[in-house]
Amino acid sequence: MKRIALLGMPNTGKSTLFNRMTGGAARVGNWPGITVDLLSGHILLGGDMVEIIDLPGIYDIHGFSEDEQVVRHFLHDNIPDLAVVVLNATQIERQLSLLLQLRQYNLNMVVLLNMADEAKKFGITIDAAKMTEALGIPIFLMSAKYGNGYQDAVHAIGKALRYNTPGMAENLRSQLEPETHIEEEMSRVLDHAVQVPARLPDNLTAQLDRLMLHPLLGLPIFFGIMYLLFQGIFFFGQPLQSAVGDFFNWLRELLLAPALSSLPPVIQGLLLDGIYNGVATVSAFIPIIVLFFLFMAIVEDTGYLSRAAFLMDALMSRLGLDGRSFVMLLMGFGCNVPALMGTRVMRSRSLRLLSMLVIPFSLCSARLQVFVFISAALFAPGSAALAVFSLYLFSFASAILTALIFKRHFQNNEPFVLELPPYRFPTLRQMWLRGWHEVYHFVHRASKFIILGVVFVWLLTHLPTSATPAGPDTWAGHVGAWLHPLFEPIGISAELTIALIFGFVAKEIVIGSLAVIYGLGGHALSHALAIQLDWVQAYSFMLFTLIYTPCLSTVATLRSESKSIRFTLLSLVWSLALAWLTSLAFYQGARALGY
Amino acid sequence: MKTPEFTHSLSDLAPGESATIVSIQTDDALRQRLLALGFRAGKHIEVIRRASFSGPLQVRIGTTDILLRRQEAAKITVNKP
Ligand SMILES: Nc1nc2c(ncn2[C@@H]2O[C@H](COP(=O)(O)OP(=O)(O)OP(=O)(O)O)[C@@H](O)[C@H]2O)c(=O)[nH]1
Ligand SMILES: [Mg+2]
Repeated sequence: MKRIALLGMPNTGKSTLFNRMTGGAARVGNWPGITVDLLSGHILLGGDMVEIIDLPGIYDIHGFSEDEQVVRHFLHDNIPDLAVVVLNATQIERQLSLLLQLRQYNLNMVVLLNMADEAKKFGITIDAAKMTEALGIPIFLMSAKYGNGYQDAVHAIGKALRYNTPGMAENLRSQLEPETHIEEEMSRVLDHAVQVPARLPDNLTAQLDRLMLHPLLGLPIFFGIMYLLFQGIFFFGQPLQSAVGDFFNWLRELLLAPALSSLPPVIQGLLLDGIYNGVATVSAFIPIIVLFFLFMAIVEDTGYLSRAAFLMDALMSRLGLDGRSFVMLLMGFGCNVPALMGTRVMRSRSLRLLSMLVIPFSLCSARLQVFVFISAALFAPGSAALAVFSLYLFSFASAILTALIFKRHFQNNEPFVLELPPYRFPTLRQMWLRGWHEVYHFVHRASKFIILGVVFVWLLTHLPTSATPAGPDTWAGHVGAWLHPLFEPIGISAELTIALIFGFVAKEIVIGSLAVIYGLGGHALSHALAIQLDWVQAYSFMLFTLIYTPCLSTVATLRSESKSIRFTLLSLVWSLALAWLTSLAFYQGARALGY
Repeated sequence: MKTPEFTHSLSDLAPGESATIVSIQTDDALRQRLLALGFRAGKHIEVIRRASFSGPLQVRIGTTDILLRRQEAAKITVNKP
C-alpha cells in the first residue's frame, strides 16, 4: 500500500488536513505541538487504498526534541511514497526554509500552502504557479479548515502518487546545504511570487491581546476566565448529570427489576446493584464530559494556551519550569495522559521530568466527575460549585509545592522560545468531532475496565454470602479494617477506602464503586452519602482523590515517557505521601477547629 | 549618507521599539530553532510587549509573533536606527 506522510512546521494544520482527508479525529489545537506521535489513516485515492500518516510538526530537519525525533525515525525507517508538505501561507516567508531543507532529501513532494483564508485577510498574496515554477515542486494554496482549494490539492496528491517526481536527484544535494545558500534561495523564490504588506493591519488578535496580555489585568482575566468556565460546567453539567442518573434509576425500577425478578437473588444483585448501578452512575456523567470537552476544544483552539504561557512563564521559571509546563497542566484538566506526552516538545530531560512530576496533580475530567457528584451531595447548592473550584486551587498548589521541592534535583537551562499564533475559533465541525471523540473514548473505557471494576467491587463487598453486604465481615470489610489505621486519621471510612483502592485503576470507578457499595444510584446514592458523611470527611476524601495517583494509564504513560522505573516510582510514592499528608492536615485541622 | 546606528541587545528594547537583527550568539540547537522562527540577520524585529515580573518578551518578525525570555533575547544583537 502506498504511503503519504504529512510534514511541516508545528501548528500549520497538518492534523486538520488529516481529519478532512480521512474523516478521522486527530486532535487539533491552536498550539504548536498538539500532535506528538504518529497517527495513520486510510483513504481511497484514485481507486487505490493509501495510507496517510499525520506526524508531529518539525521546525527544521536537525531538531532534537522527542517529537521531532519521532519524525526523523519515521522518515528513516520508511520513506513515504509522497510527502505532503504543509506550510502556513501567512508565514511563508520563514517556513520556506523547511521546504528547502526537505527538498534535499530526494522525496516525492507536494506542497500545500495552508490557511489561505488567513493569508487573504492579512493582505498577503502568493502566486502559487510562479512558486511551482521557481521550485519545480507542485504547490497549491488551500484552507484545510474551511475546504477552499481542497479538491485541487487532493487531485494533485493523487497525481503525484501515480507519477513519481523525485525532487533533487543529484547526489550533491545529499549533503546539507549551508544556511546561507538556503537564505539566498528563499529570497529568490519569495521576491518572485509573494507579497506581504509591510505592516500587518491592526487586527482582532492585536486588539484582544492588548487586553488579554495586559501587564496588570492579564493574570486576573486568566483566573476569571477559568473560574467562569468551571462554574459554567458545574452550573449546566450537574443538573444534567443528576437528571440522567435519575432517568437510569427510573428505567431500572420500571423495566429491569421486573424483567430480572425471576433470577436468583445473588445474580439479580450482581446484575442490578453491581453492574447496572455502577455503570449507570458512571454513564450519567456523559453530558458533563461532552460539555467539558466542548469548552476545552474552544480554549485550545482559540490560541489562548500560548497566552497563558506568556502570562505564567515568569512564575513558572521560578519553579524550575516554563510557560509550556503550565500549558500542559491546563491540558491535563482534560486528561493527564496527552498532557504528559505533550512534554515531548521540551528538549531538556530535567525540564521534561519535572513537568511530568507535576502534571498528574492536574485535576482531570475523571476526577471532576467524583467532585461534582460528592460536592452536589454534601454541600448546599451555592457552595458546591465553590467547593469544586477550591479543589482546582489545591490542584495548582500541589503542583507548585512539588516543583518547589524537587526543582533542585531537576535543574535545567532550557531556553523558552514559543510562537504566539493568532486567535482562531473552532468550527462547529471541529467541536463536534472533539466532543464525539471524547465520548467514544469514555464509553470505551466504561465498557472495559469500569464494568470489570464494579463487578470486582460487588464481589468484594458481597462475598462471602453469609456476611451482610458491604459489612465488616465481607472481604472488602477485611481489607478496609486492615487499612483502617492508615485511613482513620484522615476521616476515610472502610467503604470509601475500597472506592479509593479501585480509583487507583481509574477515577471513573470511584463513583461506580460507591453506587455498588451502597447498592444505590442517582439521588438515592447522594442521600446515602449525605447521611453517612459530614462535609469534613467528604472534603478530605476529595483531597485524597485529587492528589494520589490519577489512574493506571497515567502511570503507564509516566513509565513509557520517562523510560525510568525509578522516576515512575518516585511519582507514585510522592503523590501518595502528599495526598495522605494533605488530607491529614485538613481533616485534623478542621476537627481541631470544631467542625 | 550613512545614518548612525547603535548596537543593542534585543532585551534592551522597550515595547513599541523596533530594530534590525545583527547576529545571534546562542548554542547551535537554539540557533536552529530561532532561524526556523525567522530570526535571521538583516530582518526587521519589533518588541510588542514585555510580561510583568521580568517575564518573556513578545516580538514580531514579519508575520510571526514569538515569545522569548529575556535571557534568550540578551543573546540577540540588534541595530536600532
Ligand atoms: N484559519 C485557518 N485555520 C486553520 C486552517 N487549518 C488549520 N487551522 C487551525 O490551525 C490550528 C492548528 O491546526 P492543527 O491541525 O492542529 O495543526 P498541526 O499542524 O497538526 O499542529 P501540530 O500537531 O502542533 O504540529 C488549529 O487551530 C486549526 O483549527 C486553515 O486552513 N485556516
Ligand atoms: Mg497535529
